[in-house]
Amino acid sequence: MTGAGKRDWLAILLLTPATAVFLALLVLPIIVVIVLSLGERAEAGGYQMALTLAQYANLPARWTAFKNTLVMAPVGTVLCLLIAYPLAYYLAVLASPRAKVLLLILVILPFWTSFLIRTYAWIFILGGKGIPALLDYLGFADIRLINTPFAVMTGIVYAYLPLMVFPVYVSLERLDKRLLEASADLYAAPLATFRQVTLPLSAPGVVTGCMLVFILLMGEYLIPALLGGGKVFFVGNALVDLFLQSRNWPFGAACAVALVAVMLATVTIYLRVTLSNRAMREQSLV
Amino acid sequence: MDPRREFIHQLWRYKNGSISRRHFFGLTGLGVATAVLAQAMPELVGIRTAFAGNIGDKVSLATWPNYHDPKNFDKFKELTGAEVEVSVFGANEEFLAKLQAGGTGWDLFVPTNYTISTHASLGLIEPLELAKVPNYDISKQDARQISEGTVNGVVYAAAKDWGTTGFAVNTDKIKENPTTWKEFWDLTRGKYSGRVTVHDYQLTTIGNALKYYGYSFNSNDTKELADAEKLLIEAKPHLFAITSDYQPAFRNGDAWLGICWTGDGEQLHRDIPAIQYVLGREGGEIWTDFYAIPKSAPNREGGYALLNFLLDPAVNAAEAKFHGYATTDERVRQLLPKEILNDPIIYPAADLLKPLEFGAAATFTNPARAEILARFKSA
Repeated sequence: MTGAGKRDWLAILLLTPATAVFLALLVLPIIVVIVLSLGERAEAGGYQMALTLAQYANLPARWTAFKNTLVMAPVGTVLCLLIAYPLAYYLAVLASPRAKVLLLILVILPFWTSFLIRTYAWIFILGGKGIPALLDYLGFADIRLINTPFAVMTGIVYAYLPLMVFPVYVSLERLDKRLLEASADLYAAPLATFRQVTLPLSAPGVVTGCMLVFILLMGEYLIPALLGGGKVFFVGNALVDLFLQSRNWPFGAACAVALVAVMLATVTIYLRVTLSNRAMREQSLV
Repeated sequence: MDPRREFIHQLWRYKNGSISRRHFFGLTGLGVATAVLAQAMPELVGIRTAFAGNIGDKVSLATWPNYHDPKNFDKFKELTGAEVEVSVFGANEEFLAKLQAGGTGWDLFVPTNYTISTHASLGLIEPLELAKVPNYDISKQDARQISEGTVNGVVYAAAKDWGTTGFAVNTDKIKENPTTWKEFWDLTRGKYSGRVTVHDYQLTTIGNALKYYGYSFNSNDTKELADAEKLLIEAKPHLFAITSDYQPAFRNGDAWLGICWTGDGEQLHRDIPAIQYVLGREGGEIWTDFYAIPKSAPNREGGYALLNFLLDPAVNAAEAKFHGYATTDERVRQLLPKEILNDPIIYPAADLLKPLEFGAAATFTNPARAEILARFKSA
């Protein structure tokens, strides 16, 4: 056997597991979902074979769910970024090595408890006997927090913050500190250094963190269900209702396909914009 | 209760495998949570017995939250060597959806009266082999409560408990003493805006909106359903929450009025006496939960053994003392203390029960009603 042939076999061998998983757990289910979305709801619920676009025509019936998701997911992502960036900066650039370890542990610690229990705890913090009772004591009477978009946003930022902190932290950690010194030597003010050196070089981390948080938020279900009291409705909640309550699989599948399509479009636009900006900045840096 | 104690209380109930009567765990990843808990608290899993009886070492039960005395499961394990694996669900739709999708692994589950004919006609449950359930004495059951366990003359399900759907009122905060669904919805849109909860469940929320107009709880009439939808959409901005997990909101003092099931009413009243449970005078729902064996049961014999064990009058009386719902079995009632039998929440006066309706199969399966609830929630 020639060396090239051997290498081909090796490549096939190495790629087979990943390809099998990819086909079985991603491509196949998506095909199933698309097929379901073209069918009809059976008499007693579930799926009945058909070839119709009726489910897609019915999508406007879930417009509110899409609207809520498309507003709350980007806002949640930006809030996470605004809070995570200074924290990651402190961790990567300013903190002493010992403090750094301690602080990193503190960021990871919440993951040791079930996400469900942590979110459930917010019901009592934001509920009538939690923060509102404290505010009442301070003279701000009758403030309602739980079951509002604010409560859902609080839960989102709390839950997703670590997912933003880590990518940003890693990109800042790798940043060559000599570049900052060089910038200072060239009489750049600290703010200018941050804007022209630190920020562009941490951009990959920011882009990754935003993608991670945004994509997961688009499919979020638990936080609006627990902290929104059924009054803040995401596409995820609509999907659960359609599959487990109405048992309308075709319409549920159509909503899922629409969600994937919206997500792909948004992420593509986002990547185009950020990548072209980054390319420009990197050029100007050289 | 202060928030910290309240949270510990919730955690404790959670550890027992439950947070509320309906609709919480099944939808919120119980499987994951249970796995995490089982790791964190190995004592919950118990030690496997060395010997296993002839029914294997595991029986799987799908049921509702707060619906069994955990001690009874320990006893069952002592007797048979089989561990009872409990999964908790929040809506009848979920039982149906999961059985339709297949591969549940359940040996026994707890459907409500109006779903049994659907399960039977879809071939999801099997007729009960009554010879294997000697503890189920049909002649000792309340005839009105158990009729829907029988489909076309064949017994498919054995009655467990019955209850009603009324509303909970915090009488410390609400002095109007509402006794009708008309008052319920008027107070919601008026004086107590922001303090009211309704179920995240089409059957009861739409049913009790229909009662506002004096229509049948089970109406499937297009015009009547449209009226109910209009009322619901009007009421929505005034609601504190659309949830079937409403006990925390009442215990926190956030909610003062809300659609409520017997057992939740009983548990809330027990801890906070000012919270009363009221049956709407126009009517509403009466229901019976049953035990049934899925056709797909992997351990059919185990399912029957557990069913027969749970219907033993002494075991069933311990269950009733624990969960606060009304038993259908006369033999069990004889074993219960007077306080339970005279409790007006568990056993309401006959004239209040009279106008109540059993939910109908057509009400449960009507896709139009499911869509109305979805529109109400996303409005």
